[in-house]
Amino acid sequence: MRLDHTDQQLINHFQRHLPVCERPYLEMSRQLGISEQEVIERLQSLQSRDVVGRVGPVFEHSQAGASLLAAVAAPDDQMDMVAARINRAPGVNHNYAREHAYNLWFVMTAPDNELLEEHLDELEQELKLPMLRLPMVEGYHIDLGFDIDWDALS
Amino acid sequence: MSQPFPADYLAPDSASPASSEVSAWGLLRLRQQLEQGLPLAPRPYLALAERTGLTEQEVISAITQWQEQGLIKRFGLVVKHRTLGYTANAMVVWNIPDEQVQALGKSMAGVPFITLCYQRPRRLPDWPYNLFCMIHGTNRERVLAQLEGLIADHNLQHIRHSVLFSNKAYRQRGGRYVSHD
Repeated sequence: MRLDHTDQQLINHFQRHLPVCERPYLEMSRQLGISEQEVIERLQSLQSRDVVGRVGPVFEHSQAGASLLAAVAAPDDQMDMVAARINRAPGVNHNYAREHAYNLWFVMTAPDNELLEEHLDELEQELKLPMLRLPMVEGYHIDLGFDIDWDALS
Repeated sequence: MSQPFPADYLAPDSASPASSEVSAWGLLRLRQQLEQGLPLAPRPYLALAERTGLTEQEVISAITQWQEQGLIKRFGLVVKHRTLGYTANAMVVWNIPDEQVQALGKSMAGVPFITLCYQRPRRLPDWPYNLFCMIHGTNRERVLAQLEGLIADHNLQHIRHSVLFSNKAYRQRGGRYVSHD
């Protein structure tokens, strides 16, 4: 999707350090040279076009609760159905098809490990498919707020 | 929002941002609200205050303190890269000898085109890989060329690895640790 220059600037400047003050969008608008109302409307538009998922915090998973990467090997002709079942399980926030025998990869979150394992057990019983459970051992670099390469996208 | 979790589900040390009078209940509600994203209204923190029973100043203090404590690691626009055109996203997984995995992970973490890098357990015999890195790209050939460069730079020619491009996102949203689905 092509974005205009102002939308690009909004993303370039505010993937992090969004102002935490009474009028954050006013503060942002001053940096961009547009009105507060335009900042709000552009953010609404970016969200409705699914370019921006949300405005707000990314929580540090190790402090915020329990989370785990899991994968299942679904028969090729049942991937959509299995993916939909995975999405119905509590706390699934990412779910991708990938090119591998383990072809559905998802992240599940829960308030604590006990509940997380319970939810995974239930899902595994329902799916009756081999499941990999791959908790994080150590994170070396986890930041999806990288600078967008607009030239590569154009 | 239905039943809350008990207050001790809040992260350790996060129970007393502004003052001891700020209710744990209000802070939990605030976290639940924040997991859905910030309201797009001129005074978003006031809107959150009205939904959580806190004051606007308490909301601002709590968010500021959570950033300082590291519970919130980034605060801003959360981009959906696939919509923008990042459609060649590869999860590259490696079977690294245990005694080398940490050093290699730290080294890969500094590579500009690697967006995520972490260690996870092997699950033998099905899954021999213990180091994961993600490359978000716009073009499959370019991602594979970057991978070739990575292998050369880190002497990984003899390391077993696998490249798992994602070809569809069934869901992509923020983690909801304290909210109910």
